[in-house]
Amino acid sequence: MNTSLDTAGHRDLRMQIEALMADYVHCVDDDRLEELPGYFEERGRYRVVTRENHELNLPVSLIYCDGRNMLADRISALRTANIYEPHVYCHLISSIKLTSVNGNELTARSNFAIIRTMSEGDTSIFASGRYFDRIVKHGDELKFRERVAVLDSRRIDTLLVIPI
Amino acid sequence: MEDMKAGDLDFAWPFEDVSRVPFQVYTDPAIYACEQERIFQGPTWNFLALEVEIPNRGDFKTTQVGEAPIIVVRTAEGEINAMVNRCAHKGSLICFKPRGNVKELACVYHNWVYDLAGNLTGVAFRRGVGGKGGLSEDFDQSQYGLQRLRVETYGGMIFGTFSDATPPFRDYIGAELMANIDRVFIKPLKVLGYHSQVLPNNWKLYAENNKDSYHASLLHVFHNTFGVVRPNMGGGIKLSDNGWHHLSYTQREGLGDEQVGREKVRSLKDQYRLQDASLMEHRLELGDTVTNAIQTVFPTLVVQQILNALAVRQLVPRGVDRSELIWTILGFEDDDADMQELRLKVNNLVGPAGLISMEDGCVGGWVQRAAKADPGALTVMPMGGRSIEASVGSRITEAAVRGFWQGWRSCMGV
Repeated sequence: MNTSLDTAGHRDLRMQIEALMADYVHCVDDDRLEELPGYFEERGRYRVVTRENHELNLPVSLIYCDGRNMLADRISALRTANIYEPHVYCHLISSIKLTSVNGNELTARSNFAIIRTMSEGDTSIFASGRYFDRIVKHGDELKFRERVAVLDSRRIDTLLVIPI
Repeated sequence: MEDMKAGDLDFAWPFEDVSRVPFQVYTDPAIYACEQERIFQGPTWNFLALEVEIPNRGDFKTTQVGEAPIIVVRTAEGEINAMVNRCAHKGSLICFKPRGNVKELACVYHNWVYDLAGNLTGVAFRRGVGGKGGLSEDFDQSQYGLQRLRVETYGGMIFGTFSDATPPFRDYIGAELMANIDRVFIKPLKVLGYHSQVLPNNWKLYAENNKDSYHASLLHVFHNTFGVVRPNMGGGIKLSDNGWHHLSYTQREGLGDEQVGREKVRSLKDQYRLQDASLMEHRLELGDTVTNAIQTVFPTLVVQQILNALAVRQLVPRGVDRSELIWTILGFEDDDADMQELRLKVNNLVGPAGLISMEDGCVGGWVQRAAKADPGALTVMPMGGRSIEASVGSRITEAAVRGFWQGWRSCMGV
């Protein structure tokens, strides 16, 4: 059940969520990817999908990690197996909104833009979209139960290797 | 090569065979322009859509054949038509949405209206207003329909061709390669989703990449690291008689269904470093032990089976140094929830973020960037000799890539 929220309510919770989202993107943008699975519950799910599939209710993802071990495997693959031109992301997050609270589980959404810079120096907007999150509060700690990044475009330029 | 002439294209194939290719073919805008006419609007079958994408009368999908925008539509009679998506009046796109359902095709610019067969049925203000204006008296409406393509379907896929010279689809790819479509698309299909990947390279570099079974275990290290292709796997290359189309496959030899499952799990435990190997599970569903089957239909279609990840990939050129790869991810209509979940997981291996395939997105761009400095230089393809012949037991051959160039030269008349 969603609880409708007045803007004054849940102030601490909203600040905690903002901190979680900031920590997550700094972790990615700083290339501390090995820490990323730790933002998820053990069985937490991470998906990157396109808006087209999302709106057509088509189930396939670009990235689908069912449990944080699969995310850890993706990180180890990009370190050891995958071949690509080095690049970095700069995530810009905005419009963070707590959308429901139900016991210790809450949902939130936010917008993102990712600026990608290649090792040769080319800088471009790689992706924009929205995160839809289910977050669980374990004591003072927040973990993602599910993080779905919905990309506005169906087109991925060249390849997608670093998590969104 | 027989009747077609190089015409106004100032390019001659500089070698006697197709084991060498000049970089110019990837970088020359004149060649690219000529390909639109001679490849994409030449004697080739081009993938347009899947039948399941337009199940009902009036359903349409927009797509492309080369640079040409195309509408594929199911008519009231259940027929499938394909037409160039370009109004006969001012040339505007008629459908600018990816899909939808219509009763007729109306151009929004001046409201010229076509039926689903592409016949012009209405012109706004044809008699003018108040007796003034309107169509010129000699305007013959019947001459201004949409340009239609010939259409054939096979295995649930819809193909179109601009040319009267294209043989029937079955003859085009031949019985041996038709058999793989039959084996993969054994049941009614279901679309699980779409992706698209923009490749920073000429379309032919990706077309070659698909036919290049030599690179698979070398570029895509995930294979070897994580045991997708292991030395005990059999497989080979099949080619159509003319070399244009190919099938590359790997197979576990001599094992029954149950054994394959057990053997797989054991091998993963022995050497695997993944913490969760569930994305490598393979449920045998096609009546054989083929694990990977990559099939091309010249010029731009790939039919893919990688474990239980089924897809068609449509390659669309977007300029001489850019192309787009559109993935349609498939399952079967009768998949249960477990089967669908398995497909969703194994799809981590392929696509723009695919653990075993993502490198194909960048490697063509590396060739493109290096090649443009010296269009007169060449690539060589000596693996497996210089001929274009099938290979049993080994995929360390470039025969299928040479076959692609045979097809290209034949269509281009060079």
